[in-house]
Amino acid sequence: MEQPHASEGREARVLERIEAFRRRRPRLRDEFITLAHGAGGKASAALVDAVFLEAFRNDELAPLGDGAVLELPSGERLAFSTDTFVVKPWRFPGGSMGELAVNGTINDVAVMGARPAWISAAFVLEEGFAVEELRGLVADMAEAATRAGVKIVTGDTKVVNRGAADGLYVTTTGVGVIPAGRRLGADLVRPGDKVLVSGTIADHGVAVMLARGDLELHADVSSDTAPVAELVEALLAAAPQTRWLRDPTRGGLGTVCNELARDTEMAVVLDENRLPVDRVVNGACDILGIDPLYVANEGKLVAVVPPDQAEAGLAALRAHPLGKDATVIGEIRAQPPAIVLLNTAFGGSRIVDMLVGDPLPRIC
Amino acid sequence: MKYVDEYRDPAAARALVREITELAGDDHVKFMEVCGGHTHTIYRHGIEHVLPETVELVHGPGCPVCVIPMGRVDDAIAVAETPGVIFTSFGDMMRVPGGDGNLLEAKARGADVRMVYSPLDALKIAMRNPDRQVVFFAVGFETTAPSTAVTLLKARSAGITNFSVYCNHVTIVPPLKAILESPDLRLDGFIGPGHVSTVIGNRPYRFVPAQYGKPLVTAGFEPLDILQSVQMLLHQLREGRCEVENQYTRVVRDEGNPMALQILAQVFTLRPHFEWRGLGFISQSALKLNDDFAAWDAELRFDVPGVRVADPKSCQCGEVLKGVIKPWECKVFGTACTPETPIGTCMVSSEGACAAYYTFGRLHRTAAEAASATGVAVG
Repeated sequence: MEQPHASEGREARVLERIEAFRRRRPRLRDEFITLAHGAGGKASAALVDAVFLEAFRNDELAPLGDGAVLELPSGERLAFSTDTFVVKPWRFPGGSMGELAVNGTINDVAVMGARPAWISAAFVLEEGFAVEELRGLVADMAEAATRAGVKIVTGDTKVVNRGAADGLYVTTTGVGVIPAGRRLGADLVRPGDKVLVSGTIADHGVAVMLARGDLELHADVSSDTAPVAELVEALLAAAPQTRWLRDPTRGGLGTVCNELARDTEMAVVLDENRLPVDRVVNGACDILGIDPLYVANEGKLVAVVPPDQAEAGLAALRAHPLGKDATVIGEIRAQPPAIVLLNTAFGGSRIVDMLVGDPLPRIC
Repeated sequence: MKYVDEYRDPAAARALVREITELAGDDHVKFMEVCGGHTHTIYRHGIEHVLPETVELVHGPGCPVCVIPMGRVDDAIAVAETPGVIFTSFGDMMRVPGGDGNLLEAKARGADVRMVYSPLDALKIAMRNPDRQVVFFAVGFETTAPSTAVTLLKARSAGITNFSVYCNHVTIVPPLKAILESPDLRLDGFIGPGHVSTVIGNRPYRFVPAQYGKPLVTAGFEPLDILQSVQMLLHQLREGRCEVENQYTRVVRDEGNPMALQILAQVFTLRPHFEWRGLGFISQSALKLNDDFAAWDAELRFDVPGVRVADPKSCQCGEVLKGVIKPWECKVFGTACTPETPIGTCMVSSEGACAAYYTFGRLHRTAAEAASATGVAVG
């Protein structure tokens, strides 16, 4: 029988080599676009890096955040973000593509610390699309904008031949003003900081998956689509030294935590017992063989807050109806660098990695 | 989740780990979990670092995706790219590389490839698209084979002729034998596959203790199931017993599922031999449709090239599947071979030993212990 410790050092060296390898820029080797390039994981990152960043490179784009921070000659700063919505079905329990198109974009603006004010909307419509359907979705957009206190101030419409688009696609772009003195960023994060999430995770993604109807699985799950700007303001008022904010949309909590770990070069340690997941959502994920950590949210925020302000920040989030399930889910550690760790409910620990492509369900 | 949380209880786990540590003593024991579902559970819940260092789990060949040779994937792509075909597959298979790309890439090039959760979904697609040929890429052990069989029976009784099955079903006993025959075998026991045993029962494993002198415990898929099966194996070793035991009694019966077995016999017949990724040709190790169902056999309906592609030289999937080396001991692990650009199948499915280790377990024991040592306080 071999010595139990004989291979330990060798394994550590292999792991070190792998981590060094992972820090290299992602390389795009594919000849064609596959759905994986749109899933928000490593393939998306490689595409953005190799094609878009390569061609457009500038100081505002380089941080590759949810949007850009633009400084005006007057010294004021704007947050500027854009997003395209292609979700199907257009209506699902808890929301519609119209609501998403507004909330998704203004949430990106809000988590940059800005107060969203204006948005644009561009529509690609497929020949034959029902006007009544369009009217309904646009009414949802108007209602969502009113709810969030933003105005839809400009737009564009294109119609393409039948078959050239899947019904309709909407692109919205949002602008907001960042109040003077407010600063957020991965560079402010310190070991010991707490990681907060404003409510249950994975609701939106599961609701849409079930609404597509091809899984033969029925459960009472609603999308969480909602504007998070009020939550952001409440949190920043109670915890003014908040370091970093994100809305964990496509790719879910697991993906934004990986971006946080990468950008801070620190460890993000999550506690599985504290992850707020609705019982029904968790059950659906278990049956489908997908991990709720990678499922999209559309009305949540993740925050990194210094430890002495975590209590106050949490209380402020919980005082708002959208943040009643807010909780501390983990903390920042100096070691091991650039990795997300999960202490499992069962008492073990594991890595939470970036997804490679769309989460593919397992066979058995 | 009710009926699930009970099997993930940390207090019960700690008690089991204490007992396992005591039973293992100073000896170093190696158990192989045969099934990829177990491998997934072990890494997803961080079980490897909960166990004492004296108990090592070796990941076996029971990942249905991992054992499909590259040539079969190329054949699948050839069928998928046949004009008029809708090719349906389980999600896991979509990223498995053949000699020339995978099904997702074929889809990007224009093939109509669709992911399904069940072969019955594929049959439904066939019924909705009577002018198209719908092919189901059947993979998996005895676990998934009955659902393919039921689908074929349905297709026959409903007279659906635009549906066919590209059959790659395999059986669990022959590779287990191949591993036991392997000259570099260094295993002290087996954690038997739970789902497969639901169908075939526990009797087919009796040769493992009888002929090869290794204990086997059939186990469920929750973390406590795994720990308990390790404890049961250690008890056998300590007490000098060597037998087949059943930990998964809430699901597995000794005789298996007679109805499923009967349906399998009705639809399938054993192939004389079948190529396994990394393990080579194993005789009588796979299923094909029998003559009664020849009309639904995609291999007869389409011009399947029948390509054979040698595994890449650098790939050590075979040694990993046999448990001879650990994933990280493979020369290309984590550098040339990653989940984004897998060379070997073990890196594709999250049930594959390499992918599971890479995405969940790529963590030094000391780092894992440090992480779980202090709870995340506040709130």
